[in-house]
Amino acid sequence: MSNSLWASGALALTLLTPNLGVAATDADLAEIRDQIRQLKESYEARIQALEQRLKEAEARTAPAPPATAAAPPAPQPPAPVAPVAAGATGIAVFNPAVSAVLQGTYHNFSQDPNQYALSGFAPSGDIAPGKRGFSLGESELALSANVDDKFYGNLIVSLTPENTLSVEEAYGLYTGAGNGLAPKFGRFYSGLGYLNDQHQHAWDFVDAPLVYQAFLGGQYDVDGVQLKWLAPTDEFLEFGGELGSGEGFPGTSRNKNGVGSGIVYVHTGGDIGTSNSWRAGLSYLQTRAQNRDYAQTDIHGNDAQVGFSGSSKLAVADFVWKYAPNGNAQDTNFKLQAEYFWRRERGDFTYDRDGSLGFMNTSNYGARQSGFYVQGVYQFMPAWRVGARYDYLIPGTVDYGSNSAYLVNPSFHPQRSTVMVDWTPSEFSRFRLQYAQARLREGVTDNEFFLQYILTLGAHGAHKY
Amino acid sequence: MRSHLQWLGAALLAAWVGPACAALSVFATVPEWGALAEELGGDKVRIYTATNALQDPHHVEAKPSLIARARGADLVVATGAELEIGWLPLVLQQAGNPKVAPGKPGYFEAAAFVTLLDKPTRLDRAEGDIHAAGDPHIQTDPRNFARVAAPLSARLAELDPENAAWYQSRYKAFSERWNAAIANWEKQAAPLKGTPIVVQHKAFTYLIAWIGLKEVATLEPKPGVEPTTTHLSEVLATLQRTPAKMVLRAAYQSDRASQWIAERTKIAAVTLPFTVGGDDGARDLYGLFDDTIGRLLKGAQ
Repeated sequence: MSNSLWASGALALTLLTPNLGVAATDADLAEIRDQIRQLKESYEARIQALEQRLKEAEARTAPAPPATAAAPPAPQPPAPVAPVAAGATGIAVFNPAVSAVLQGTYHNFSQDPNQYALSGFAPSGDIAPGKRGFSLGESELALSANVDDKFYGNLIVSLTPENTLSVEEAYGLYTGAGNGLAPKFGRFYSGLGYLNDQHQHAWDFVDAPLVYQAFLGGQYDVDGVQLKWLAPTDEFLEFGGELGSGEGFPGTSRNKNGVGSGIVYVHTGGDIGTSNSWRAGLSYLQTRAQNRDYAQTDIHGNDAQVGFSGSSKLAVADFVWKYAPNGNAQDTNFKLQAEYFWRRERGDFTYDRDGSLGFMNTSNYGARQSGFYVQGVYQFMPAWRVGARYDYLIPGTVDYGSNSAYLVNPSFHPQRSTVMVDWTPSEFSRFRLQYAQARLREGVTDNEFFLQYILTLGAHGAHKY
Repeated sequence: MRSHLQWLGAALLAAWVGPACAALSVFATVPEWGALAEELGGDKVRIYTATNALQDPHHVEAKPSLIARARGADLVVATGAELEIGWLPLVLQQAGNPKVAPGKPGYFEAAAFVTLLDKPTRLDRAEGDIHAAGDPHIQTDPRNFARVAAPLSARLAELDPENAAWYQSRYKAFSERWNAAIANWEKQAAPLKGTPIVVQHKAFTYLIAWIGLKEVATLEPKPGVEPTTTHLSEVLATLQRTPAKMVLRAAYQSDRASQWIAERTKIAAVTLPFTVGGDDGARDLYGLFDDTIGRLLKGAQ
């Protein structure tokens, strides 16, 4: 430190004396040398004095002596505090926060999980509850950090038990916008509904509610842009909009320029006293499908290949209420959560797309379907929670047009009742036992037992409300 | 029609600018910093305290109300040292308010101005809920408020330069009164020096160091891990060898474990307010320590 100060002093001197090199006599040089020596001595003395003062200040902030002496007479600008942890050196100090989630389950199903289906609904995506017996769940790897002064980046990849890798989220967030604006871009879970943007390991049950399976194929991931705006009010009021590729169910890939899906939502919430908090929201998704093909049994019992092309509109109302005595959720707390989904689809419907039944017919199609779930989770003592959930799907009205000669919408309402108990020894580990009685197809009752573990390691994550 | 639009524009502008023109809006993560900002800012600051004294400060949720309040804040006053790691980063990220992002003048961490104790030598989650930077519960030693007050006052003045003189005079008055109070508390607490105690959670490190209490045992087997019967039996055995005068817990903690020990060892179970609002006596910073010392003296009898 004293060296660099001394050097800069000398440099300043050099700059301030431009005639130095022009006509320097020996006497001049001696004089300059003398001045420099004096300057050096004076700086060193001042630096020593400063170091002494620093030592004294450090001694005063140490906890041992009384602080009465420590308080300076007037506010001083905050002293810089060494922020870099000792030992962290080199390029590694800028490593992003890394965390991993390990999961696994033991399943016991009374019905064949390969036959899993929701009567009257034909979502694509992976909605089946997994295989019987022991199985590894999805392992998740997350990296996040500030990119620079303007952006924050987050990558979450999921390693499936089948040894494939999928990118769950990979987005950038523009942090410098201000005014309550938070623009996000890349791949992210949509802010639609309540549960959609939470990762599966943060759910209160092993599997997703039936409405998420039936209407979103599990969870709605957007490849696109998101803009949220938080109103400048003391009450929480947030507006959001998303534009995406629209490839995820209920849309399909359409090989088209422009925007494939649009989502808007509004969220509001707040506290009631110190013990209650809540959030409610309304969301709307509009997208299109082209040749969304699936197998459906026709009225003659044939396995027909059918396809839908047209518009799909989904509205979601969500509500969550949390209770914790005095706001302290550590000992006991209660959470009530419900979401209602409505969907309207209109377009063309093709019966026997692959022509295997020797006949192909395209007609108008219109469907209005809905469903909901409601669940409550009660922590009755530290680390222990119990929960119950009820799922219900309404196949609604489906107009097959001229295809009604071959197809009929079932009147059966899929439903499921679930109970769970989980043990959370620390913030980083959870073990869960879950039982569900699922009547998803007419005349078929599945008794499902799940045993699950969730382990989190690495950086301390923060859970969404 | 045009005049309507003008009115609407003016109203919107007023709504936008209005709150910013009023007092400096301070978002305090825990009650003690809200109380300190109140002492230093008086009616020039508008304070929102995100949590209350009966909440476990380690387990706070990023509630909608907190996000909404962080949106409009000019200054976030946090403890730091990872105390708020489970919720504050998320709240700040969702608030869309870069003014209060870490590193900006609008973000203040009190722990940066205090020498932290109990810095773990082994950073491993097997050691429980440990904080890498050291114990964040700095508010149990009044001298730490003296250390934090100066830079906090300077920060208020930096953000609200028009009222710099006001903050300086408030600081001066607070500093004098506070130092006198510390001297008084130290006099009152003198008889407590060397008193052996048990703590439920390692939450009183700074209080213990200040008064000179002697921590004999901790009811939590590891920081943040709920007391188990096995561990409590071990604590009981320790207390038979080295008896303690009292068992301390913070107001937000469940009283089960300390009652269990108190019944079996016939020592006093003392509930300390821990922060402002922890009990009826701890209405402000002065009340916090008046009450804490009073309860300790009573427990030591």
